[in-house]
Amino acid sequence: MFSAMLGEAWHAMGANRLRTFLTMLGMVIGVGAVVLMMAIGQGAEASVKRSINAMGSNLFVVLSGPPNMGGARSATGNAPSLNVKDANAIVDLSGVLGVAPVTMGKAQIVFGSNNWNTDIIGTTPSYLDVRSWDLTDGYAFSDSDIRSATRVALIGKTVADNIFGEDIDPVGKTIRIKQSPFVVLGVLSSKGQTLDGRDQDDTIIVPLTTAQRKLFGNQLPGSVRQIIVQAESDKAMVMVEEGLNSLLNQRHNIREGADSDFSVRNLTAIANSAAETTRTMSLLLGAIASVSLLVGGIGIMNIMLVSVTERTREIGIRMAIGARQRDILMQFLLEAIVISIVGCLIGIAIGVAGALLVSTFTQAEVIVSSNSVIIAFSVAASIGVFFGFYPAKKAAMLNPIEALRYQ
Amino acid sequence: MQKSVIEVSHLFKDYQTAAGPFPVLKDVNLRIDSGDYVAIMGPSGSGKSTFMNILGCLDKPTKGQYVLDGHPVANMEENAVAGVRNKTIGFVFQGFNLLARSSLLDNVALPLVYSGIEKPERHRRAKVLLEKVGLGKHINSRPNQISGGQQQRVAIARALVNNPRLILADEPTGNLDSVTSEEIMALFGELNKEGITIVLVTHETDIAEHAKRQVRFLDGKIVEDTLTERPTPDTLDPQEIDHV
Repeated sequence: MFSAMLGEAWHAMGANRLRTFLTMLGMVIGVGAVVLMMAIGQGAEASVKRSINAMGSNLFVVLSGPPNMGGARSATGNAPSLNVKDANAIVDLSGVLGVAPVTMGKAQIVFGSNNWNTDIIGTTPSYLDVRSWDLTDGYAFSDSDIRSATRVALIGKTVADNIFGEDIDPVGKTIRIKQSPFVVLGVLSSKGQTLDGRDQDDTIIVPLTTAQRKLFGNQLPGSVRQIIVQAESDKAMVMVEEGLNSLLNQRHNIREGADSDFSVRNLTAIANSAAETTRTMSLLLGAIASVSLLVGGIGIMNIMLVSVTERTREIGIRMAIGARQRDILMQFLLEAIVISIVGCLIGIAIGVAGALLVSTFTQAEVIVSSNSVIIAFSVAASIGVFFGFYPAKKAAMLNPIEALRYQ
Repeated sequence: MQKSVIEVSHLFKDYQTAAGPFPVLKDVNLRIDSGDYVAIMGPSGSGKSTFMNILGCLDKPTKGQYVLDGHPVANMEENAVAGVRNKTIGFVFQGFNLLARSSLLDNVALPLVYSGIEKPERHRRAKVLLEKVGLGKHINSRPNQISGGQQQRVAIARALVNNPRLILADEPTGNLDSVTSEEIMALFGELNKEGITIVLVTHETDIAEHAKRQVRFLDGKIVEDTLTERPTPDTLDPQEIDHV
């Protein structure tokens, strides 16, 4: 009986092809838009998530404050207010997992006939742990390199590609940074872009003391630009932040209520808010697309109402030869469901194709997840039921005598 | 003793109009036995169509009792009434009322869909009946490809497909020419001989003559209920025998 009804629904759809197609088009566009928007949204979320993972988890960065010369303030991070001793003191705070003091600058590097300008980071070995950064080749420098300020370097992937090319293994080679020779100990794994689009692989890491004494010099011996602090866990973040503030205020003799000469930034919170933003954006895209799905559903309802009116006489005949109200209801409901499901399948195909086109032409990451397809499909099916029900109910409630008399 | 198929007692039907209830049927009493062949006659507005609708369980009386095949229809619920229309009654309409988009085979088999019968059996039975009404060669045609008389035959086949006890025909020859009408009436005659009870609404006296019994409506009441005079051996008087 069900298959007979399904056959009839198919038949009825075929009887007025253009109208069925136009009705379906609403569904196709709606579902296609939902699938495409979700693919774009999820792609953006995934790339943000990757950036966050690459940054390392539960991170603070302590920046030295702006220099204040006669009331004129300069940029944050330029005053020599933080030093290695601060970093060593932070290690003993409870809830702190790792600490890496950092000083940095730009420098020209040369290997053979190639040269490149890149960021030089001077830091301690714990930097790699805190940033959860691995080496693809070679090995990292150690604490003894810090003590003796050896001229060794870890180079990022972008740097390796630009000055060594593909054929040369960088490990063990000597490069020149600001004219001084440095031995390349290892190559850093690729971390990709930061949330603001900076290439994290365009960098060289050298021992902190080497950077301070041999590359950039210092106004005050031992001063650093920033200290990266990793908390043990998400829960320890608040405690660590308070600890950092009170410890450094105390060490720097800052009176209560006075301005600090440093600032503590919660990198993880910033990253999470970026993730939150993309999530909101992808929700918004989905919501806008859903509106077109709703409009498609209303289109189905509209056409089904027309169809019921047109086929009033047919409904009367069916009732006279023994169709129950629920048979009539089923017949029209099935028709609406078949239209929306077929429309939905075409819509999914178009949405997926659109997502592929977007990813080829814009290089943006798109992800068509099975979830989004399943959601689109079930929403479309429920729209068929929801918007098909009223017209079908109307058909089922027709008075058979009046229906038979209808011209 | 013959079992009654239809038993109507003290039946009233009012239509609700803006000016209040308007009586259409006023105290109608009728008993139709199994195997009977009744023509219901009367001018327009006499209430005969309303009466047919009530007999066909398409409409409900305002007051009074209608017992169909031993079951009072008044207290049946909607699905049971649909079952009665499906199995006990076969309808034949003036306008044939076939589904234009479906083949003749599907049209005839349609009532069986609603009785939950499987497709092979549906088609088998529909084919048998189409052959019986002489359209065995056209089972895959559409209704608009055949003549009016043929369409009415298809409608009759559809009415018969669920082996009903009763056939209700509302002006079945109203849209047909006289020759085709005769053919259709001959078909009804045959069906009646096979034992099917037939009730037929018409306003043409020559069509009504085919029935065994004629009931005449006027202003919502039955005013005449007579057996058709027919030249059968039992009832013929000696004078007429001379002429034969």
